[in-house]
Amino acid sequence: MSNKNTVMVFIQQDDGIAADVSLELVCKARELADRLGVKVSAILAGDKLEAEAKKVITYGVDEVFLVEDKRLAHYTPMPYTKVVSQIIEKEKPQICLYGATTTGRDLGPRIASQLKVGLTADCTDLQIGDHKIRDKEFTNILYQIRPAFGGNIIATIVSPEKIPQMATVREGVMKLTEPDANYKGKITPVSIKIDDADCMTEIIKRVREEKSVNLKGAQIIVSGGIGVETKENFQLIEELAHVLGGEVGASRAAVDAGLVSKEHQVGQTGTTVRPRLYIACGISGSIQHRAGMADSAKIIAINTDPDAPIFGIAHYGIVGDLNDVIPQFIKAYKAKA
Amino acid sequence: MGLNLVVLVKQVPDTANITGDAMKEDGTVNRAALPAIFNPEDLHALEAALTVKDQYPDTKVNVLTMGPPPAIQVLKESLYRGADFVALISDRRFAAADTLATSYALKCAIEKIGNVDMVFCGRQAIDGDTAQVGPQTAEKLGINQITCVSEINSIDTSAKKVDATRSIEGGFEEVRSGFPVLLTFTDEGYIPRPPSAIKMLAYKNASTDVSSEAFDESYLDGESGVNTNLALWDIEAINADVESCGLSGSPTKVKKIQSVVLTAGDIKMVDNTQGAIAEMVHDLIADHTIG
Repeated sequence: MSNKNTVMVFIQQDDGIAADVSLELVCKARELADRLGVKVSAILAGDKLEAEAKKVITYGVDEVFLVEDKRLAHYTPMPYTKVVSQIIEKEKPQICLYGATTTGRDLGPRIASQLKVGLTADCTDLQIGDHKIRDKEFTNILYQIRPAFGGNIIATIVSPEKIPQMATVREGVMKLTEPDANYKGKITPVSIKIDDADCMTEIIKRVREEKSVNLKGAQIIVSGGIGVETKENFQLIEELAHVLGGEVGASRAAVDAGLVSKEHQVGQTGTTVRPRLYIACGISGSIQHRAGMADSAKIIAINTDPDAPIFGIAHYGIVGDLNDVIPQFIKAYKAKA
Repeated sequence: MGLNLVVLVKQVPDTANITGDAMKEDGTVNRAALPAIFNPEDLHALEAALTVKDQYPDTKVNVLTMGPPPAIQVLKESLYRGADFVALISDRRFAAADTLATSYALKCAIEKIGNVDMVFCGRQAIDGDTAQVGPQTAEKLGINQITCVSEINSIDTSAKKVDATRSIEGGFEEVRSGFPVLLTFTDEGYIPRPPSAIKMLAYKNASTDVSSEAFDESYLDGESGVNTNLALWDIEAINADVESCGLSGSPTKVKKIQSVVLTAGDIKMVDNTQGAIAEMVHDLIADHTIG
């Protein structure tokens, strides 16, 4: 198939700044496009964004379609659906990627429905490969890979019969590569008329707080799971994190059980992390959790169950009660450091 | 003034409580081994609708689900909690529908109800976690949407507007939209009320077993008449285009399913003793992992 159409990324902007996940997707799109021998394009919509469009290019975008309008300053579904679907219909990218943020998950499905194309949510990997449907061969299509069914299976989804093939991807899953200030890309302004009828959502108030927990930037993360059992025991997790100068993480089960607040959650539905050291305490290691931390440089697993899946990806494994192990860990560290 | 509300619900396998029998030897999912439950966030959406009805008693709460006959269980649970009308959208030709084909069928069913002010549903279902059916249904209906709603702050029935709070990364937004609009709910607000024992008795005739392949419709218009609140709709009943339903209406295809197999890594087992742990800590300091 000699499809020269681009790999496109929807650039989410919040208060005029491109979201991290969008830049990560640009880097992944660059890799896919190089494999396919095509260009990377991007859609950026908002108000006064030319400088930001230039920044986006440095991550490897060949053409940014820039739509500027005061009414696009903050995301709302109807005008954004109009803008993005019109650009896709005109440019016909073969692939279009969105961040799996509240914005991407609000917009992506509307675009898919309007264009009657497929969309795979929360992919953990994207690859290029071939596929056969009955006697029809499809080459160089997008494999959209995601855990499903409570993480007990990994599904590879394809949608080769409709263009573009679309997927959402969570923040932190794809690697951000260094920008190249000399990368040559162009900005193409696009004029799309937004009128009152498009603006059905009125934003009355918008409150965003700086995250008090910085999991993404942490080099050392000590995480607790349901095996921690009580809030009191969770203080041990916090203590070890404090001693090592790290951040506190948690599995979804621990968050759901109320042991710790949601901003600490690591995994497919939480934050994806890649620290230098990840210590999993009382975490069995469901695939959703592993999807969010498996790329950590070193992993220590502490669990009473020697068959816990977390041991399958750990570099160090300690079978034992975390209430015994952690105090010994702290003692050993204080003695050495 | 009462409102006309539709709540979209789904019966899902309880993926949070997977047992050893959940996976077959060939690596596929054994649905029969998983308990079927009311999708948790959909219960919050239902509670939101019932809360609106508490405030405006003339409100009609219609609950729709698409699924095989046993899915009627979630409709019955909706009736027990106070829904006014429920319909099971069920047809073998819906089988293997992805989110696009599903939202098309739901759109047809919502149009059959007609004159709907607001559509409520859970943000996502725990078996797929896609969060796509809500926005796709809104788009198919050509109406606005507010996703990830934690709270409805106010409803203006004469101006036909709703104010809601939605969760966004690191904060929230308060937004306003006119009717008709679709809202998807998280589990942050609207703690579901328990089923009412009185309603369970009133609807007892609706509890005919429909798990058999041959769908017994006789109970739908039971003697007491209350069961007319429960309908079964097939493709023809909702005027859906067959080609847009089920597998043929689904652009996404599953290429491959792998059950999760852990690759044995290069793991070093450390004894749960002070000496062994100290040695590990020493190694970690030596290679600058910690320090």
